[in-house]
Amino acid sequence: MKAQETVRSAKGNRRPPIPLKSKTKWGRIWSDVARDKYLYVLALPGLIFFIIFKYIPITNLVIAFQEYSPYFGVFGSPWVGFEHFTRFFSNHDFWMLLRNTLAISFLSLIFFFPAPIILSLMLNEVRSSIYKRTIQSLVYIPHFLSWVLIYGLTYLMFSQSEGLFNKWLISMDWQTVDILSNPNYFWGMLTAQSIWKEIGWGTIIFLAAIAGVDPQLYEASVMDGAGRMRRMWHITLPAMRNVILILLILRLGTILDTGFEQIYLMMNAPVTNVAEVFDTYVYRVGIRQGEFSYSTAIGLFKSIVGVIMVVTANRLARRYGQESLY
Amino acid sequence: MHEKGWKTRLFGLVNNSLLLIIGLATIFPIYYTVILSFTDPVEYYQRSLILWPRVWTLDAYKHLLSNGLFVTSISVSVFLATVGTLLSLLVTGGLAYAVSRKRLRFRKAMMVMVLITFLFTPGLVPLYLVVRNVGLIDSIWSLILPSLTSAWYVLLMKGFFDSIPESLEEAAMIDGSNDIGVFWRIILPLSLPALVAFGLFFAVGYWNTYFNALMFINDQKMWPLQVLLQNMLVDPTTMGSGSGGGFAFQVNRPVPTETLKMAAVVIATVPIMLVYPFLQKHFAKGAMVGSVKE
Repeated sequence: MKAQETVRSAKGNRRPPIPLKSKTKWGRIWSDVARDKYLYVLALPGLIFFIIFKYIPITNLVIAFQEYSPYFGVFGSPWVGFEHFTRFFSNHDFWMLLRNTLAISFLSLIFFFPAPIILSLMLNEVRSSIYKRTIQSLVYIPHFLSWVLIYGLTYLMFSQSEGLFNKWLISMDWQTVDILSNPNYFWGMLTAQSIWKEIGWGTIIFLAAIAGVDPQLYEASVMDGAGRMRRMWHITLPAMRNVILILLILRLGTILDTGFEQIYLMMNAPVTNVAEVFDTYVYRVGIRQGEFSYSTAIGLFKSIVGVIMVVTANRLARRYGQESLY
Repeated sequence: MHEKGWKTRLFGLVNNSLLLIIGLATIFPIYYTVILSFTDPVEYYQRSLILWPRVWTLDAYKHLLSNGLFVTSISVSVFLATVGTLLSLLVTGGLAYAVSRKRLRFRKAMMVMVLITFLFTPGLVPLYLVVRNVGLIDSIWSLILPSLTSAWYVLLMKGFFDSIPESLEEAAMIDGSNDIGVFWRIILPLSLPALVAFGLFFAVGYWNTYFNALMFINDQKMWPLQVLLQNMLVDPTTMGSGSGGGFAFQVNRPVPTETLKMAAVVIATVPIMLVYPFLQKHFAKGAMVGSVKE
């Protein structure tokens, strides 16, 4: 060991020459591992974390094919095959969950996704850098607020009894509107909340892309008589194209993921029918009502769709000549 | 850009006004919450629209901070944001540093093991069963251990350590340090700015802990602030399945529940606003975290 280190430091070379004593492949591996033992010690807590909280849950997925009972444990419970899956797919709830999840996802794709792009274009047109920075500092804030706080703010602004909006309607002698427990407004409310929370944060990545544009391009286009709109359309937007595509593809890959906390907090009895999505359903049926196997089957279905979507999205990214995810 | 036509001016004016509206729409709900939390109870009941209170009072805050459950929940959240953050930094840093050393055998295998968790997440119930089998239900560690780190944080931090030249490490090795000594005495102090940035993001995450507590904590005394806050916000009469039934203030309170709610929201927001200027410094990294997590 000692000799090895002197050789390494003398030559300034990371990989020491293979010592003569270990000629076999495994012998070399072993001596390398022994040399770096303290690095493995550093990595160990992290690796244990991934094994316990990321990999053991994967093995627990077998209970989707069992009638799990805590008494018999994960591998001792009786097998039932695909019973939970057939039960779920033939259930009326499945179509409700699919409809709600897809509706919320598509609304977010149509309204939430372009919002930061538009905002970053607007910020890019601001001449005064102090004004621009002030607005940026304001719109970034909500990203760091928890959904519970945002629920509280929403309640304060829109609740029928105490909300500012309805107080204003009353002061104008108009009828109050029940916004928070009306199924017609629920999806719109979720989308608006998401935009309010993340629009500012979302601009960062687009503004970075805009910052990479060569200023000479703008100067040249001004010479050619291009107005603001034309510059935006022909220079700024193309510069953002790659980022937009990658984020869009990533977004498509997570189409069944809807924010659990947001929906769970905003949900109330009158809107349950439009609010329940896969995640909230799994939580309610699985953890609250203790139907572990059934809800694991639903979670597994969702995970598999997720993997398929991510892989497909990545294929798409490659086909369009973009950097792929992995 | 030297054009000064009226079109350009009008465009600038409209653009700036729209941005002003967006900025105000962002800050207004927060502003309104803050002033309501300071509004005098009598005034709160008499006036319907309050945009600036005539009489300021700290009653709501005094009430909240004299409530045992509320104070306990704050200490739970502070514990998470400090101890949790330190543990997260150590665990993430150790793993990220190890896999950033190119001489390490099996580093590829370890990275693959970390990255697979990006692709496939088994869902709530399997994780819940692990936490339950480990015996963490109703333990404060259930709010720290399952969320210590993530593939994304390991990847980001590895990217950072990759940029540290190996010659530094060699110099220390000659002085007789082992890898842990190098990590502790050289690498960590050298990466202090990055550690602060990561630490802030971890701390905000722990402060905002809600869902894990919903799953793993049944005992009110272990509730973090966000869970207590949610139970306070939900109208007690519409509160379902007894999730927070035991929470009540003194009966003959002179402070309206609305003001109390708002004061609680403000208290939960203050730490975030305090670290916000520092967070803002490190946006570049954070934006990457956010964009991929969405």
